[in-house]
Amino acid sequence: MIEVKNIHKSFDGEEILKGIDFVFETGKTNLIIGESGSGKSVLLKCMLGLFKPEKGTIEYDGSAYYSFTDVEQRELRKEVGMLFQGGALFDSMTVEENVMFPLRMFTTHRRRELKSRVAEVLKRVNLEGSENKYPAEISGGMQKRVAIARAIVNKPKYLFCDEPNSGLDPKTATIIDNLIQELTRENNITTVIITHDMNSVLEIGENIAFLKDGVLAWQGDKSKIFKTDDETVTDFVYSSDLFKKVRNAQLKGH
Amino acid sequence: MSYVYSIGEYFLMIKGVFGRMTKRAVLKELIFKEINELIIGSLGIVSFISFFIGGVVAIQTALNLNNPLIPKALIAFAARQSIILEFAPTFISIIMAGKVGSFITSSIGSMRVTEQIDALEVMGINSLNYLIFPKIIAMLTYPFVIAISMFLGIVGAYAAAVLGGFVGSDIFLSGLQDNFDGFHLVYAFIKTFIFAMILATIPAYHGYYMKGGALEVGHASTTSFVWTSVVIIITNYVVTQLLLS
Repeated sequence: MIEVKNIHKSFDGEEILKGIDFVFETGKTNLIIGESGSGKSVLLKCMLGLFKPEKGTIEYDGSAYYSFTDVEQRELRKEVGMLFQGGALFDSMTVEENVMFPLRMFTTHRRRELKSRVAEVLKRVNLEGSENKYPAEISGGMQKRVAIARAIVNKPKYLFCDEPNSGLDPKTATIIDNLIQELTRENNITTVIITHDMNSVLEIGENIAFLKDGVLAWQGDKSKIFKTDDETVTDFVYSSDLFKKVRNAQLKGH
Repeated sequence: MSYVYSIGEYFLMIKGVFGRMTKRAVLKELIFKEINELIIGSLGIVSFISFFIGGVVAIQTALNLNNPLIPKALIAFAARQSIILEFAPTFISIIMAGKVGSFITSSIGSMRVTEQIDALEVMGINSLNYLIFPKIIAMLTYPFVIAISMFLGIVGAYAAAVLGGFVGSDIFLSGLQDNFDGFHLVYAFIKTFIFAMILATIPAYHGYYMKGGALEVGHASTTSFVWTSVVIIITNYVVTQLLLS
């Protein structure tokens, strides 16, 4: 479980996060949604320790991250998996080397053991046979799956995903969403996902934080978000024509 | 003011590079990879340029020696001095600022743009050490490149002067050994070593701290080449003043 309490963060005098409180639950897919510029990525980077908030605390299973020593912070980061928006795969490494990278850096296992673990994880994300390909040789969806494999290879307790569906077709996006949800449940990890994609909210929104102008404007799950009358939320959720039509149909009782 | 900020940031980067070290086995692999990319990969162009510039120096010296009282051995002497003192260490380093420097800036800059550096940091890896330390160690072998450049420059001068009929082989070889001062080689390799550190770190700084997208990677490479060249030229002047005057 990750708990953020009263997080404030500013850049050049402009306050981006204005006191966010939220609990990201273990074994669930926790979504942070909101418009561009609402502070989602800043909140994620504060949770990852890439930005230090001016005020507030971030607790990983009850321990405040910013009270940790450097060594403790590094140890915690070994338990964190991160899926970046563009995948952030290392171009000069093959798929296998990319996935093996965290293991090589932080474990003392023999190469044969590392290869076996990598094969296991690649199989889990349906990428057997792609070991020797370079990131430039595979599709965007496959790159995302490699990035997921790299994020989970070290068996993390916490998984962060920054817009995992961006640039993917709807079918591949659904596959990625379901994969993340399955991995979250299988391994009982705390997963935090930033997304704009309302389909993802529908698919895997088990615990949702809606940010608006740096404030937590709404929280709940996927069953509640489509029923709420809160205008701030409905403006965002029903901004696309498709969802507007779904909403109208619901209101008409179809 | 921004220059002062950048200089401060550069030295903080150097401090970070020698901070928490990457796992030794991984580092060893990275160093060999960098030696291959930065040093071995540059040998072809360095050899080509050195040989022909050596030849041009010899021909130009020969064509300007009109006075019959000036011995022809001066062609070899002048070629040797200009190649060892200036051409190989400084001119080749400026070329390396374009080749190796741009490569370092664009490769690290691309990693910044595509969040690969963030990925390293999130994993708890000291990205400065992981990315820049192997380049610095690889560049310690740069004096070998300059030694090869000196040798091929003189071979080029010999070929142009002797095969071009400007001077006989015996006279060229005797001129090559005239008034040879071993300290000139020491001076050349001291500055080569300093240039190697400049070539590894200034382009790395421009790549690591760049902001923006693909277009900015191109800008960063150009800026990196300009600043690396400027610092090499200024350092060349200072080191020459300190060691030779």
